[in-house]
Amino acid sequence: MADLAVTGARRWKKPPFIQSRRLRWGLGLGFGIYLALVFSTTEVNWGRVAEGVPRGWRFVAAFFPPDFVSRWDAIAQGIAESLWMTAISTVVGIALSVPIGLGAARNLAPKPVYYFCRGVLAVSRSFQEIIIAIFCVKLFGFGPFAGFVTLSFATIGFYGKLLAEDIEDMEPGQAEAVRATGASWFQWLNYAVQPQVLPRMIGLGLYRLDINFRESAVVGIVGAGGIGATLTTAFDRYEYGSAAAILLIIIAIVMAVEYTSGYVRKWVQ
Amino acid sequence: MLRLEQLEKRYRTGDLALKGVDLTVPDGQIMALIGPSGAGKSTLIRCINRLVEPTGGKVLLNDLELSALGAGQLRRARRRMGMIFQEYNLVERLSVMENVLSGRLGYVGFWRSYFRKFPQSDVDEAFRLLGRVGLDHMVDKRADELSGGQRQRVGICRALAQDPELLLVDEPTASLDPKTSRQIMRLICELCGERKLSAIINIHDVMLAQMFAQRIVGLKLGEIVYDGPPDGLTADVLTEIYGEEDWEATIRKVEDEDDDAGGESIESALEDARARDHAAAVLDRDRVAGIT
Repeated sequence: MADLAVTGARRWKKPPFIQSRRLRWGLGLGFGIYLALVFSTTEVNWGRVAEGVPRGWRFVAAFFPPDFVSRWDAIAQGIAESLWMTAISTVVGIALSVPIGLGAARNLAPKPVYYFCRGVLAVSRSFQEIIIAIFCVKLFGFGPFAGFVTLSFATIGFYGKLLAEDIEDMEPGQAEAVRATGASWFQWLNYAVQPQVLPRMIGLGLYRLDINFRESAVVGIVGAGGIGATLTTAFDRYEYGSAAAILLIIIAIVMAVEYTSGYVRKWVQ
Repeated sequence: MLRLEQLEKRYRTGDLALKGVDLTVPDGQIMALIGPSGAGKSTLIRCINRLVEPTGGKVLLNDLELSALGAGQLRRARRRMGMIFQEYNLVERLSVMENVLSGRLGYVGFWRSYFRKFPQSDVDEAFRLLGRVGLDHMVDKRADELSGGQRQRVGICRALAQDPELLLVDEPTASLDPKTSRQIMRLICELCGERKLSAIINIHDVMLAQMFAQRIVGLKLGEIVYDGPPDGLTADVLTEIYGEEDWEATIRKVEDEDDDAGGESIESALEDARARDHAAAVLDRDRVAGIT
């Protein structure tokens, strides 16, 4: 007791994340200098911005009122193409990504299979949809088929990687228990792995459906069909009313998919 | 009969978990395996059904050398060994019935199991087992809706659905409260008796081991340091297994048993008093499952 009284309360401070004091201050200072340089060298021509504001405003104003009527046939066809592209590319993409995702899970696949599947996923993920779409349009010609191939390929990278990671994170105890019953590999997959990953994968599938619809509008701009093609045409003809109608329809569909997927995700948990 | 000969397991980190274990478990014997954490208890029972691959020695189940089997033969051999786990390891998103029927996976083809079209005899047996442990009113509940004790009873049903010759039981009570622990141990031992199964039970609780096992094996740093009857566990033996400690309170005394019996009867009287209540019917069912 006497000791405690003399020394007082023992002090405690949270240990710093970076141990070395010099490194810590050095990093902070470096970051400050970087920010200062970035802001001092970014040139903004405020005069041009001021001039541009009314021009930008006119552009936005041209969207009103949205014109659903005069190009309705083209819009309807574009939407139908986009929806077809979205649905089929999501289904095909997911179907292809399941075996690849299984192969890319470290706790399931032997090393060579694992590296091969990870390679496929890396290639699929390293290219933006637009780049794949340009390639596919060259390969298959203009039209929604190129868009379908593009979106399927992009879906493999997205879905396969997340599936593989979900499998790697599964509860090993449950898997061990089913293995101990003498189940075959496919039975084990069906009884131990699938129940653990399915709810999340259904949610991600719906999320991918949503992404694919939005992307279907983008890949159309480079000629891969769908509502994107209709949208570019509308812009090219300065038919801003029709373009506004298309944008509104895209927003409506994305929101509808969003709400549905949120509801379904809650339901499958 | 299960026989281990010079069983050795060296992990890839270089740790020698089992140092040449020789052990024979005759048919119908309930053997408790005790020892401190890290002694190799879990490794030992997992080397038997090769969830962990042994690196040396032999495992023989009725003269079938498990340690030499190929993948397909190993799957067939695993059907004969039911396993019960500390964390129950039920597949949480599957129903109680699916979990129990997963014990039959080794016996049915893929498509049958995929469409959950198990043979009627398997379904009958599953209902019978669930009835035996007092859970036949919960067949379609999801496993994650159950309490710890209920889950472990489903785990027991899954192991027994395999129609095993041997039960490998890994810390069955470590996640349960003291009363449920006793019920679960009693249930395992009774079922082993009914079906003439032998069992290896890893267990931390020395008192439970003494209450329920016919034979106790003490493992320390991968070696057997005690093999004998429950009564032979003296303070010296426990010190040999676990290290220096005051063991007087741990060693079984006759009075403990009496206290226990008194406690049970008070509880059953209480439950009888509540029997008119609708909820009590369910409680009673749980209780009966543990005590019968």
